[in-house]
Amino acid sequence: MSDKQLTGAEVVLKALADQGVDVIFGYPGGAVLPIYDALFQQNHIRHVLVRHEQAAVHAAEGYARSTGKVGVVLVTSGPGATNAVTGLTDALMDSIPIVCLTGQVATHLIGNDAFQECDTTGITRPCTKHNYLVKESTKLARTVHEAFWVARNGRPGPVVIDLPKDIQFAPAPYVPPEQVVHRTYRPQVEPDHKLVEQAVEMMARAKRPIFYTGGGVINAGPEAAAKLTRLVDTTGFPATSTLMGLGAIPAANKRFLGMLGMHGTYEANLAMYNCDLMINIGARFDDRVTGLLTEFSPGSTKIHVDIDPSSINKNVRVDLPIVGDAGRVVELMAEMWKKKGLKANAKALSTWWQQIEQWRARECLKFSQPTGKGAVIKPQYAISRLAQMTADRDDVYITTEVGQHQMWAAQHIPFQKPNHWMTSGGLGTMGYGFPAAVGVQIGHPDALVIDVAGEASVMMMIQEIATAVQYRLPVKLYIINNQWMGMVRQWQELLHGERYSHSYSDSLPDFVKLAEAFGAKGLRAQEVDELDGVIAEMIAHPGPVIADIAVDQKENCFPMIPGGHPHYEMLLGPEDKAEQPASEDGMVLV
Amino acid sequence: MPPQEQTERHTIAVIVDNEPGVLARVIGLFSGRGYNIESLTVAEIDHTGQRSRITIVTSGTPMIIEQIKAQLERLVPVHRVNDLTKEGPSVERELALVKVRGSGDKRIESLRIAEIFRAKVVDSTTESFVFEVTGSAEKIDAFTGLMAPLGMVELARTGAAAISRGQEGLFLDP
Repeated sequence: MSDKQLTGAEVVLKALADQGVDVIFGYPGGAVLPIYDALFQQNHIRHVLVRHEQAAVHAAEGYARSTGKVGVVLVTSGPGATNAVTGLTDALMDSIPIVCLTGQVATHLIGNDAFQECDTTGITRPCTKHNYLVKESTKLARTVHEAFWVARNGRPGPVVIDLPKDIQFAPAPYVPPEQVVHRTYRPQVEPDHKLVEQAVEMMARAKRPIFYTGGGVINAGPEAAAKLTRLVDTTGFPATSTLMGLGAIPAANKRFLGMLGMHGTYEANLAMYNCDLMINIGARFDDRVTGLLTEFSPGSTKIHVDIDPSSINKNVRVDLPIVGDAGRVVELMAEMWKKKGLKANAKALSTWWQQIEQWRARECLKFSQPTGKGAVIKPQYAISRLAQMTADRDDVYITTEVGQHQMWAAQHIPFQKPNHWMTSGGLGTMGYGFPAAVGVQIGHPDALVIDVAGEASVMMMIQEIATAVQYRLPVKLYIINNQWMGMVRQWQELLHGERYSHSYSDSLPDFVKLAEAFGAKGLRAQEVDELDGVIAEMIAHPGPVIADIAVDQKENCFPMIPGGHPHYEMLLGPEDKAEQPASEDGMVLV
Repeated sequence: MPPQEQTERHTIAVIVDNEPGVLARVIGLFSGRGYNIESLTVAEIDHTGQRSRITIVTSGTPMIIEQIKAQLERLVPVHRVNDLTKEGPSVERELALVKVRGSGDKRIESLRIAEIFRAKVVDSTTESFVFEVTGSAEKIDAFTGLMAPLGMVELARTGAAAISRGQEGLFLDP
């Protein structure tokens, strides 16, 4: 039964099918022709042809984050593999499960500087969770199944399988997934119950508690997000989320304080600074969140729930580390809270909420949109109006590129469910959003998928319009066009004496004509009265759309905690200046 | 300097799957994150089970050492990570091959010192010796320090191999 003599290429496709894969994103080349040949002769797995291998990985990332499945990529050797490196690094930083198949020259040619050969496993070793080079046909099926196990278990991540061409041609035995058990990699999912017990007791005694939640909750699945929300409601504690965790707790929940961190809300950051108990669920104390480490929430006791033990005590010392799956830990916390009849300290909690409401009253995200004929569109308005006009649907998926527009999207688009928000957090890859939107649309053919983009970012992967047109994917490219690399310009304004070195978007194309050149629809809004019409037409059009929204070029993104500053030195608007120039430590932070 | 910020020297034993590239993976981890490698030895210890032991001597603050161990444990081909410095008494040995060239009194003196250090002569010409000496790193340092003025022309050291004392062993699930 497990000895059918298929070719290596057929074994690979059979293994993918048995792992539940029904779509792969890729680009052909000499070293993967046998697999492409096998793909052509079957109907089970669909292939989406991108226009650049980096886009294949980003598309797989968008697909994975929005569906919860493993994203699969197929690229050729040499430049195909090296083009994928950025996407793989992005998936590693944001913990997205990806299996990337790369072609390789024949085994006897490896190391000979053959045509389109590169040391793929050497190059991808530091930027993947794990990688494999298959040199024996007998190990091929097993390797594919192991790769899926590694990609999706524990902290998810990208796995590369390098496949020499002769291995793809030669006959290979097949083993089904059930027969493959990994020898060493068994991440701990079930937490130590005694530690969870300690945690809930700390929670009951806390006077100013806060939940700090992150991408780990999204990776734990939508059930985990629901359990977390119920726990927040049961305890009555305030909760905040990182960029990667948005949507786990519905934005409409009144206990949700918004995103925290460098561009987070006033109330979220001050609550983190002043809390006495910080409950970290699935976040990693990233430097965008902590600001100046020595002054990060100095008076609080910290509980850290994470599936990756190496994330614990990496840059912030925590008092109670709990290794385990976020969903399982939260479930246990809720059970123990109920079983022990625990209650929050009602009086202290009420005082804490009063303080938080005072901070909220500052309305740190407020902006003013001028009205009337010819009034310029504020970028925050362009984004919040888009959110308002799509609020009646529950099938909206948002991806972003990187920069000011990304932060405004995180601040002004309310996410009520997990897996509807795809953004490049850890690596901050410009060009991520558009191919990711393609991947999301493939996973959700009837949904409304919008890439909120900056004009500078979107130029990096603009060729993917062709992919959207080929597969009739009605993705919407919503360009917040301020003619500058906004975030770079903001830092140059703040830290580099307004010396705007190479941050101007010169020689931009006419995006409407560009869309039409590719066979897509182009729309443009240049003043506020045109906006609603463009958004409505963009949503209604049954095909890919580029909407070029010209916005105020001078807007900066606030609130902002400048690099190397503590949470209480937040800048709330253009009138605020940093109290002293950012320290040398702060200057060197990216 | 507060105790938690003092640099400590730790010897860590890592049991790994003997697969191509696993050493590159471990070393890449150290260099990629800026951790220090003072010495490193690696060899296959279980042929049927295809496992190797990598013994690394590293240094850092206690928080860094904890990070190093956690990052090592995260690597997919790693079976066990054992901090020999922390987990009780251990034995550490290193081997060195020392080539000393000289004649007359210096030649005789080098033989005498070799005897004191219980080093063996493994190669000999009329003008040179190669000594094999084993012991702790400090003993090797002392030996080579004494040989330097006597005509040491080449030195090959293995780095530390270490193992815990007592009856508990790191082997070995099938």
